[in-house]
Amino acid sequence: MNPNPSSTPAPVQGESAALPVLTPNDFASDQDVRWCPGCGDYSILAQMKKVLPTLGVPREKTVFISGIGCSSRFPYYMNTYGFHSIHGRAPAVATGLKVSRPDLTVWVITGDGDALSIGGNHLMHAIRRNVDINIVLFNNQIYGLTKGQYSPTSPLGKITKSTPMGSVDNPLRPLSIAIGCEATFVARSIDVHIKHLGEMLRRAAEHRGTSFVEVYQNCNVFNDGAFSWATDRETKADTVLELEHGKPLIFGKNRDKGIRLNGMEPEIVELGKGVTEDDLLFHDEKAAEPSLAYLLSRMRYPEFPEPIGVFRDVDRPVYDEELNRQIDQAIEKYGRGDLEKLFAAGDTWTVE
Amino acid sequence: MATTTQSKKHVRDLEAATVRFCGDSGDGMQLAGTQFTNTSALVGNDVATFPDFPAEIRAPRGTKAGVSGFQIRFSSNDIHTPGDQVDALVAMNPAALVTNLPDLVPGGILIINSESFDQKDLRLAGLDRNPLEDENLQNYQVFLVEMTRLTREAVKDTGLSVKESDRCKNFFAMGLVFWLYDRPLEPTLRFIDAKFKAKPEIAEANRRALYAGYHYGETTEAFASQFRVGKAQLPPGTYRNITGNQALALGLIAAAEVSQSELFYGTYPITPASDILHELSRHKNFRVRTFQAEDEIAAITAALGASFGGAMGVTASSGPGIALKGEAMGLAVMTELPLVIINVQRGGPSTGLPTKTEQADLFQAVFGRNGECPLPVIAARSPADCFDCAIEAWRIATQFMVPVMLLTDGYLANGSEPWRLPKLSELPRIHIKHPEGRENGNGEPFRPYTRDEYLARPWAIPGTKGLMHRIGGLEKQDITGNVSYDPLNHQHMVDIRAKKVANIANTLPPQTVDGPASGDLLVVSWGGTFGACATAVAQAQREGLSVAHCHLRYLFPFPTNLGEIVRNYKKVLVPELNKGQLRLMLRAEYLVDAIGYNKVQGKPFAVGELVERIKQTINS
Repeated sequence: MNPNPSSTPAPVQGESAALPVLTPNDFASDQDVRWCPGCGDYSILAQMKKVLPTLGVPREKTVFISGIGCSSRFPYYMNTYGFHSIHGRAPAVATGLKVSRPDLTVWVITGDGDALSIGGNHLMHAIRRNVDINIVLFNNQIYGLTKGQYSPTSPLGKITKSTPMGSVDNPLRPLSIAIGCEATFVARSIDVHIKHLGEMLRRAAEHRGTSFVEVYQNCNVFNDGAFSWATDRETKADTVLELEHGKPLIFGKNRDKGIRLNGMEPEIVELGKGVTEDDLLFHDEKAAEPSLAYLLSRMRYPEFPEPIGVFRDVDRPVYDEELNRQIDQAIEKYGRGDLEKLFAAGDTWTVE
Repeated sequence: MATTTQSKKHVRDLEAATVRFCGDSGDGMQLAGTQFTNTSALVGNDVATFPDFPAEIRAPRGTKAGVSGFQIRFSSNDIHTPGDQVDALVAMNPAALVTNLPDLVPGGILIINSESFDQKDLRLAGLDRNPLEDENLQNYQVFLVEMTRLTREAVKDTGLSVKESDRCKNFFAMGLVFWLYDRPLEPTLRFIDAKFKAKPEIAEANRRALYAGYHYGETTEAFASQFRVGKAQLPPGTYRNITGNQALALGLIAAAEVSQSELFYGTYPITPASDILHELSRHKNFRVRTFQAEDEIAAITAALGASFGGAMGVTASSGPGIALKGEAMGLAVMTELPLVIINVQRGGPSTGLPTKTEQADLFQAVFGRNGECPLPVIAARSPADCFDCAIEAWRIATQFMVPVMLLTDGYLANGSEPWRLPKLSELPRIHIKHPEGRENGNGEPFRPYTRDEYLARPWAIPGTKGLMHRIGGLEKQDITGNVSYDPLNHQHMVDIRAKKVANIANTLPPQTVDGPASGDLLVVSWGGTFGACATAVAQAQREGLSVAHCHLRYLFPFPTNLGEIVRNYKKVLVPELNKGQLRLMLRAEYLVDAIGYNKVQGKPFAVGELVERIKQTINS
């Protein structure tokens, strides 16, 4: 239980009241967190609570919407408005809310099953419309809440309760899906890379339009170690590539390896021996075409280091803004609607 | 050119008449019917219509499957149905003739486009022999009109191709029928001006075709007399002709205005509900937000998201789409948010008969969700009544914090009748109260599941300071709204949700009956069968039978006095366009031995068959 913190300074009364300075604890609800001990979700929750006070958005203007699954319990633990909806539908709930209440900051918390299996359709359409919402997908490559079936991101051959002989389903790559829908903001982070994760959440919040963040999240009960290759101190420098805008793609413990384009294909090269940084692929998160971001999203361990960071951050018209603009335009053109005029539109006649 | 008739022909006054235009689905019959309807309404008749068309946009040309018809009854009396049989039939091709002729009264007027009866036309219609040679036609007043040739001649200088010229035939047919029933052409001329503004040559051709048809009637020797149907004595006021879908759209806008809410309409295109979306999307200056969602589920969940934010969340569909929305309706019941769900019913199950009417989704509305999941269900009874029902649905939704199901059907949605325009002062007011904000940090979390005298919980909307709270589909603890799996709490919450909905009955007007308060027979109906049932009961009463009519708007919960009413008659007859759904509910609720009269043929009841059934039931 989190006793309501006394750390919040009393707001100054009066017209020029400054915004109270909030702390992570101010964003904690009074509910017990019921994820399994050791779950990666705790880390994401902690980072979210750390980032939100830095955004300058009051708690009452912040809404968390989720679907069904372990990650979707998230809203209960936030001292904001929250809506734990039904399986897969959070992006649609969020769209309706954001369109009618553009003043709110709306987050969608979802998982790999929720977003990509039952809710694939809504995810795709929220992204292509570019609704101004922030979607955080906790990818643990397993169904946790239903106790361990394979998910749409589980690798081929994965042995689970429902695939005793190994999964024969080709997995989806969440970022490839998002980029295929021409997402305007796409990023990836890892639950235990807490600074990096916090930074990705902050960048997502600041982006206008749909922000899509995939977080590699460890399910220590049903899929423990699925991302150990990316989190293991010994190996992570060689298996994870941190993207930086405008910088060449370099990785490795000694930062001596890079990614070069060979025709349309990426390849790993060693720096030196005739290869310089200038020969490498340079990251451009502002590229108008999504091709580069897509190519990066296809790089998979163990063939490649997997990129984390912001893949894409571009501007495109935002659905809720455009929809509300049409409302304003209609009022400007025809005047605010008048019911009696509306009723009497077209041919009428009078009976005395 | 003046269009009131100057002809010297004999004019016969009629109390009412029924006309049907029928042809291929590309022949413009719906347009002809709509224009004839609007004109008849404008000259002061009461009108009732029945558009009937195939699900295919262009079914194979000339086939029976592709026949599209539009029937209109116009009268100098108050009427409620488009008529069982037609007095005049316009048939544009053989398929239309053979499929519609059985509905023409003996001796009725039969106007046929005689140029569409060659071998090819007959083959398309699947006919071995030419129906024009059928001696059965002698039972009617047949007028063979060379519409194709006459239309081509009329439009020949407008520069239209032959194909384009032929598409003006429906205006020729209209002109002829307008003359026959002494209707003015001006409303249709105005329509042509507006509709074809960007295509002046097509506008001119249609005008000429319309006049040509009118003058054909006036000058040809064939037509010996004209008919005239006088004005109906409708209550004083300003009127317009309105379809059910239009009335529903206007009702939703009105509901938003009188409750000072902003309408969010989430929907996915589906026949026969799409016209509501088309209408609403034209009225953005009322701050109406329309959202054409990616699917039915997104449509309702987005509407619920909007409701969570304080908007007037509304979604609409037809049966198959409503099935997809079931889980989200449960979420709305659980989160106790106001929402209006409209089902424009059509023939089912599955895809069923998309363009045909039926009222077989009552069980789906009342019972069709998992868990103990009651929500109020109301149904509109006529096209214009859709307006009032939309406002009433939102009144219930907000007063009780509950999703409300509003049932209409394809017959109401596309059919039309005169609608007396309400004055703003006549509209009900809907008072919505959102709890006000409070300072944060006082240690007391907001309690979203406290209740008022209607058992409604507070509608605290995001953005309100200090009222942060979480809702969702998991069972919630009473008062605090925290997730709870406590057995007794679940029992309590299930009970209270049920009681809340049951209590709605206490706010409803008492159920009334038309006819004696007790007697031999009570006819109980709901939804779009109102017109046919009311007309049939009135006729039976005129014939001296002891029968009353009870038409239900409120289907769940029932009005509190309904049990008493149904016990006051020796027999209860429940005509429904389904297999007996209301009947089962009445039997279950009141242990009354209700008798069904049930039909699922995609068509409304005929008055005649109901009168017959009323007599049989009384006498059996």
